[in-house]
Amino acid sequence: MQSSDVALDTMPKLLARNVAEFGDSPAFREKDLGIWQTWTWKEASAEVMKLAKGLIELGVSEGDHVAVIGRNRPYLYWSLLAVQHLGAVPVPLYQDAVADEMEYILTHCNAAFAIVGDQEQVDKIQDISGKLTNLKDIIYVDPKGLRKYDKSRLHSYEDIIKSGMKSSSSIQEQLQKRTSKVVSDSTCVLLYTSGTTGKSKGVVQTHGAIVGAAMNANHHDGLTKDDYQLSYLPMAWVGDYMLSVGQGMASGACINCPEGADTFQVDLREVGPSYFLGPPPLWERIKTSVYIRIQDASAIKRGSFNFFMNHAAKVGKDILEKRSVNILDRFLYFLGNIIIYGPLKNMLGMSNVRIAYTAGEAISAELFDFYRSLGINLKQLYGQTEASVFLTMQNNNEVYADTVGKPINGVELKIGENGEVLYRSVGSFKEYYKNPKATKETKNKDGWVATGDAGYIDENTGQLRIIDRANSVGKLKNGALFAPKYVENKLKFFPNILEAVLFGDARDTCVAFLNIDLNAVGNWAERNNISYSSYQELAAHEQVGKILKEHVEEVNKDLALDPNMSSCQIKRFLVLHKELDPDDGEITRTRKVKRSFVSEKYSDLVSALYSDKTSVSTKTEVTYEDGRKGYLEATVNILDATLYEVKKQDKNAA
Amino acid sequence: MVNEQKKVMMEVKNIKLRFGGVVAIQNVSFDIQEGEIRAIIGPNGAGKSSMLNVINGFYHPQEGEIWFNGEKRPSMEPYEVAKTGIARTFQNIALFKGMTTIENVMTGRQLKMSKNFLWQLLRYGPAIEEEVKHRKRCEEIIDFLEINNIRKTPVGSLPYGLQKRVELARALAMEPELLLLDEPMAGMNVEEKQDMSRFIVDVNEEFGTTIALIEHDMGVVMDLADRVVVLNYGELLADGTPKEVQADQAVIDAYLGVPH
Repeated sequence: MQSSDVALDTMPKLLARNVAEFGDSPAFREKDLGIWQTWTWKEASAEVMKLAKGLIELGVSEGDHVAVIGRNRPYLYWSLLAVQHLGAVPVPLYQDAVADEMEYILTHCNAAFAIVGDQEQVDKIQDISGKLTNLKDIIYVDPKGLRKYDKSRLHSYEDIIKSGMKSSSSIQEQLQKRTSKVVSDSTCVLLYTSGTTGKSKGVVQTHGAIVGAAMNANHHDGLTKDDYQLSYLPMAWVGDYMLSVGQGMASGACINCPEGADTFQVDLREVGPSYFLGPPPLWERIKTSVYIRIQDASAIKRGSFNFFMNHAAKVGKDILEKRSVNILDRFLYFLGNIIIYGPLKNMLGMSNVRIAYTAGEAISAELFDFYRSLGINLKQLYGQTEASVFLTMQNNNEVYADTVGKPINGVELKIGENGEVLYRSVGSFKEYYKNPKATKETKNKDGWVATGDAGYIDENTGQLRIIDRANSVGKLKNGALFAPKYVENKLKFFPNILEAVLFGDARDTCVAFLNIDLNAVGNWAERNNISYSSYQELAAHEQVGKILKEHVEEVNKDLALDPNMSSCQIKRFLVLHKELDPDDGEITRTRKVKRSFVSEKYSDLVSALYSDKTSVSTKTEVTYEDGRKGYLEATVNILDATLYEVKKQDKNAA
Repeated sequence: MVNEQKKVMMEVKNIKLRFGGVVAIQNVSFDIQEGEIRAIIGPNGAGKSSMLNVINGFYHPQEGEIWFNGEKRPSMEPYEVAKTGIARTFQNIALFKGMTTIENVMTGRQLKMSKNFLWQLLRYGPAIEEEVKHRKRCEEIIDFLEINNIRKTPVGSLPYGLQKRVELARALAMEPELLLLDEPMAGMNVEEKQDMSRFIVDVNEEFGTTIALIEHDMGVVMDLADRVVVLNYGELLADGTPKEVQADQAVIDAYLGVPH
């Protein structure tokens, strides 16, 4: 698609190209004071240059690590770009990380500067500043609440911009010289993995890898500058980095930043993105909220919703995938689109979605089909931080819930002897920062990278199929396969269940922890006049236990149909007295359960599940949002579920 | 921190307020300095809300004087007081329940709008210009108080803590010199109280608004207030910094409890 002679292999080159080729198209938007403000590529580039010069004045050197922490805002995206123009390396951090987690990353990467969103982040950094010996200055975007802070090492973003504007021509020259030294092999960004197992690792990605992977992904879906997306995912997640910075810069598509943390739904509706990426929990949450609201609606609305949703479930996917559907069904779907699907998509902000992806984790087939039956082109992709995300992506007419697509351009894929998925890609990472041992274990001499995921190539579709993390697939004592994620996903499809953790590796039977979804169950409680004052109280309610028991038994019934999985049926389970929380280290910021940590922390509950007790008392440490710690005491009920016989499907009958 | 050099913004002198035979406030005097957070505390029925109502012009004391910005204030009605730059929130939320957050906050600008009802009805030319100007200010306040996610939600359907915040936003929309808060944290949980405390401090620091507030939560008062007035049965019991007040034996006996 590119006609220029220079290879577009770095962020600075992409920015220059965007200014030259579509300088007057919108590049960034942010809702501020209730109005969407727009910056064109020319304006955005000017902002980046001013900031870059200001950062030189401040003393940012080549190779410095600059932490970027805050919610998605154009200023922080420009910070990433400005830092890259200086030959320094941006390190985005999760804005909701507690001070301890920040300390680990900031000391590990030896961050010299930090550019942060607001007072909250400044406070966290100042709390741990004694341990950050290398950190020089902090720059903040939003001055609110910072008036009385000591400003000797604290600067406002505005002041940096001003100093950049006033800077002399020698600074300008220095900037140009530094930018010209940024090449394909230079480090583009240092991204820390979410750390499902153990401490997170710093993944060093080069400009060439990021840009190469982004361009291949754009090519796969034909992304252009006329596409637009909502940047709402955490900036520290590789998914957002690739989508907002990588793919946005490579295609020239406009990045829209939400107004605030809680305005996502409204902003999504106003932006109406054409390209959208969300992790399964988000898709789950949206669907749950739809069903909750429908239950509160009038009988007529509820009736027509159910009727048309059933119809969509029957033919919606076929229509989306352009298979033949009889004329009556087609007409009914058309009618449903006017009455239900269209307005529903509009409410969800999905009317304009051309391509949507779910990534980060496996998604349940029911959830996946829900969106596709509405006519939303939700597809799957598979990737990881080490690969600049994109490894496999599904094509428009080859979409299945249980596979993740074929390798895209520039990616080679193979399955290792132990069933692990291996790849070689333009997007492959250079190394783990300061961890040559882990680099060596993951990436071999020929450039093959081990994903840590177990999978195989599906024979019917030719697409990759992921079973689970390679190290979490285990065996029960009787030798049967133990694939916890598969079962957990089945449980999580019930709107009432937010999280599930299955245990059973090297045991006789499987048992589970459940988290209820406070929205869904709370709404149910309200309708049934059940009063409760806290999550804990609701979770321990007898009626809630009964409902969950039904859910678990339904899953057991389902598992019994599959001879491979029937041993994973859940014999006993309990509803946890608290929600699994990233602040407590129980799940990652991207909402993946840290299985071993959870089983250790709640070892008393696990052993109770494997005993014949019907209830157990426990005391759990919890971390509050501001980092303080406290204890939660509770008595947790243990419930038994019915196991089902494996049904031998008798297909011999003639 | 009390700065002795600070200018006195408001001074109430020897206020006496009676309802028939009941004496609500008896001979109370204190001042409010520019830029400070001044707390008024006391047990139930001590006359705290009455005191705010006197400052606010809702009650007219039988005796005593009110000095505001160096001038003795004549007897005024609440709307006249509002025009002098004094805004307030209420103990029991007094918002327009059917209107959205932004509409409620915009009502706070009403006193500052110069175009009359007919102009506003026309929504044309200068009227629109004026509305845009005021809307911008309201949006800044909404952003400041972090209620942009409920900008277009009818306030009646909002949880209590948020309604309190909308009320604060509306009071701030008047850009008052002196802001009176009647139990801004009543009925809130710990987290909501922390949020509200932070907003009150931010308002004080960012906008330089002088604040007088009534509050029951001692922890909050001790953290927030620069100086505290203690009332008991309509009389002034103590006046000073939180530390001084906390150490005052009369206050300990009357309000914080007599140690056993």
